[in-house]
Amino acid sequence: MNKLVKLFITSISAITLTLVSFTSSFAKVEGEYIVLGSAISLTGKYSSNGVHTQNGYNLAVERINKMGGVNVGGKSYKFEIIYYDDESNPKRAAQLAERLIKQDGVHYMLGPYSSGLTKAIAPVTEKYKIPMVEANGASRSLFTKGYKYLFAVLSPANQYLEVAIDLAVEKNGGKPVKIAMAFEQDAFSQDVRLGIVDAAKRTKSKIIIDDKLPKELNDMAATLSKVKAVKPDVLVVSGHTKGALTAVRQISEMKVDVPMLAMTHCDAAKLSKQHGKASEYALCASQWHKSLSYKDKFFGGGMKYAGDFNAKFGYEPPYQAAESSAALLVFKDAFERANSFDTKKVRDALAATDMQTFYGNIKFAEGGQNVSKPMVLFQVSCNDDGSKCENKVVAPTKWASAELVHPIPSWSKR
Amino acid sequence: MDFLIFQAPMLMVQASMDGILLGILFALIAYGMALQWGVMNIINIAQGELVIMGGYIAYFMYLSGIHPAFGIIVSPIIMYCVGWGMYKLVINKVVDKDLFTSILATFGISILAQQLMNFAFGADVVVAQSNFGTTMLFDNMVTIPNAKIFSGAVCVISAIILVVYMRKSKLGRAIRATAQNARAAKILGVDTEKVYAATFGINAALCGIAGACIAITFTLHPYTGLPYTVRSFMIVIIAGLGNLPAVAISGMGLGVFEEWADYLLGTEFRIAAVFSLLVIILVYRRFKLSRKREYLK
Repeated sequence: MNKLVKLFITSISAITLTLVSFTSSFAKVEGEYIVLGSAISLTGKYSSNGVHTQNGYNLAVERINKMGGVNVGGKSYKFEIIYYDDESNPKRAAQLAERLIKQDGVHYMLGPYSSGLTKAIAPVTEKYKIPMVEANGASRSLFTKGYKYLFAVLSPANQYLEVAIDLAVEKNGGKPVKIAMAFEQDAFSQDVRLGIVDAAKRTKSKIIIDDKLPKELNDMAATLSKVKAVKPDVLVVSGHTKGALTAVRQISEMKVDVPMLAMTHCDAAKLSKQHGKASEYALCASQWHKSLSYKDKFFGGGMKYAGDFNAKFGYEPPYQAAESSAALLVFKDAFERANSFDTKKVRDALAATDMQTFYGNIKFAEGGQNVSKPMVLFQVSCNDDGSKCENKVVAPTKWASAELVHPIPSWSKR
Repeated sequence: MDFLIFQAPMLMVQASMDGILLGILFALIAYGMALQWGVMNIINIAQGELVIMGGYIAYFMYLSGIHPAFGIIVSPIIMYCVGWGMYKLVINKVVDKDLFTSILATFGISILAQQLMNFAFGADVVVAQSNFGTTMLFDNMVTIPNAKIFSGAVCVISAIILVVYMRKSKLGRAIRATAQNARAAKILGVDTEKVYAATFGINAALCGIAGACIAITFTLHPYTGLPYTVRSFMIVIIAGLGNLPAVAISGMGLGVFEEWADYLLGTEFRIAAVFSLLVIILVYRRFKLSRKREYLK
C-alpha cells in the first residue's frame, strides 16, 4: 500500500513538472511582452551597485515601453524583466541563469553586476545560445574566450586608465613619464593594470613601482612610502571602492605629493562625499559622465537622463546605472533590426549593432566588447572648505568640460 | 634588485612605525580572542565581525555629528551587551562541547552578522573622518597619521586597564580561576555561567574599541571582518593563551615583519610572508617540543 502511495505521488509530481516546463518554455514572448531575464545582486557585497544596475534597467524598460515599445513584425511589444537575487555569489548567479533559461524559458538575458558574476553566467548563456547584453562586466578575459552570445556595452577594463598615462605624457611635453602603480589582486584591477603596462610600452614610459595589493589589505602605507621616496610623475591605483577610499585617506594623511593621481571606482566609492577636500584633484576613470554630448531619442542626452533618473530614484545616476539603461536600448534596436524573436537572428543583429545612445556610441568587436566609446577621466574639484565637490570631465580633450589641474598642488600648499 | 628600503633609510623608520601601529591594533583584537579562548576554550570565528560592528557604531556616531573618536567609549559599551547577548543566545550551548562544534557555531554567527550588517548598513565601503592631522618626523620624511597614533595609544591603554582589572577585581579573579580550572572554580562558589558571559562581553568590548579605531584609520565594510579574525588567530597561536605581553609583542612583531616584507619581497608577498613565518614558528615549536619529549622518555 505504502509503495503504491509513493508511486502515485512520484508520478503526479513528474507530470506536474513536465507540465510546468512545457508551459513555461514559451515564455520568451508572452502576449505583448518580450521577457528578459537577469540575475542581479540585490543583497550581498555588491548590493549597492546591483541596485544601481536594476534601477538603470527599470528606467529604460519604462521609457521604451512608454515610447511605443519594440516593433517586431509590424506589432509593438513591451519589455518585461524577470529578476532574481544572486546574493553577490557567482555560483548562485550561474544557477539562476540556468533557472531563468530552463524553467522560466527566458531567451534573452541582461547581465548581472560585476565582472566576476558575468564570468559565472556567460558560460551558461553560451551553452544555451541565449544572447546576453551586459553592462557591468568589464574584465578583459570576458572578451577573449570566443563567446558568441555575449555583448558588453561598456569599455573593457584595460582601457580604464590608459588615457591617464596619455594625459601625463602630454603634460610632460610628450616625453615619457615615471609611473607608480598599485593594483589589487583581482581580475578587474589586474586587467586595468595590463592596460597601463601597454600604455607604458607605447609611450616608452617607465614603471617604477608595480605593487599588487592583497585583496584583504586595508593598508597601503608601504606602497605610499615608496611613492614618496621615488617621486613618480603619476600614481595609478585600482582596488574597487575600498582601494579608492584607502588610497585617498592615506595619501592625504601621509602627505604624499604626486603630480597626478588616477584611479577607478571614485563615484561608486562616493569618494568626494566621504573624503571631501582630501579627494580633490584625483582623476577618476568613468564609463560615462552626464556632461558628455551623446544623444538618443529615448533619454535625450546625459543631463536629461541624470535629471529623469534623479526624479525617479532620488539620487544622481552613477555610470553603472547609465550603462545598464543603454543595454536595453541596444536590445530594442537589435530586435527591430532582426525583426524576429529567433535567438540566432537577434544575436546576429546584436553583433551588427552600430548606434549612438545617450551613454555613448555602441559597436561590438569580435569578442563582444564595445570598442566605439572611449573612457573618460574626470577630476574631483572642490570649493574652498571642501563641503561641495564636483566631478569635471578633463579628458579626452574632445569631451572635456574643465581644464585639468596639473600638477596637483603639494600638501603644504593645500 | 637593489632594495629601496636600504637606499632610503628613513623608510626603515617608516616601515617599523607603520608596522608597530598596525600590530598594536591587531594585538588588542588578539588579546580578546586569547582571553575567551583561554577561559571558555572557544575559538571565535566571528571575532572580525565584532570588530566591524564596533567600527560601524563609531561610524554612525560620526554620521550623526559626534566625533568618531568617542566611539572608543560608546562602542565597547554597546559591544559588551552584544557579546553578552551572543553568549546567552548561542555560545552557552556550545561552551562545553568540543572545539569543532564551537567553531561551527561561531562561523555561523559570523555569516549571520555579515548579512545582517550588510542589510542594516548597506554594502558601501565607508570611512569616518577624525581630522586628527599628521605627525611629520625627520624633515617630513616619516609621516604618521595622528589617527593611527591615537589608535595605538587607545589600544595600549585599554590593554593596561584590562590587565589591572584582571589582577585586582573580583570578576577578574573569577575569570582567571575559571580559566585555570572551571570545575574547581565552580565548587568554590564561582558562578562560571556569569564569568563566561562576562568574558565574552569583554572580548566583544575589546573588539568594539579596535573597531572604532579602524573606522578612523582604515575602512569599514560588512564583509571585511575575516582578515581580523585570521590575524588575531595567528597572533594568539604564536603568543599562546593568557599571556598579554607575548600577544602584544607577537602582534607588533608580525606588523613590522609584514611591512618589511612589503619592501623586501614585494607587496604581493607580504601576506604570504606572514603565513610562511607562522608555519616556520609552528614547525620550530614542534621540533622543540619533540626534543623535550625525548628527554622525558
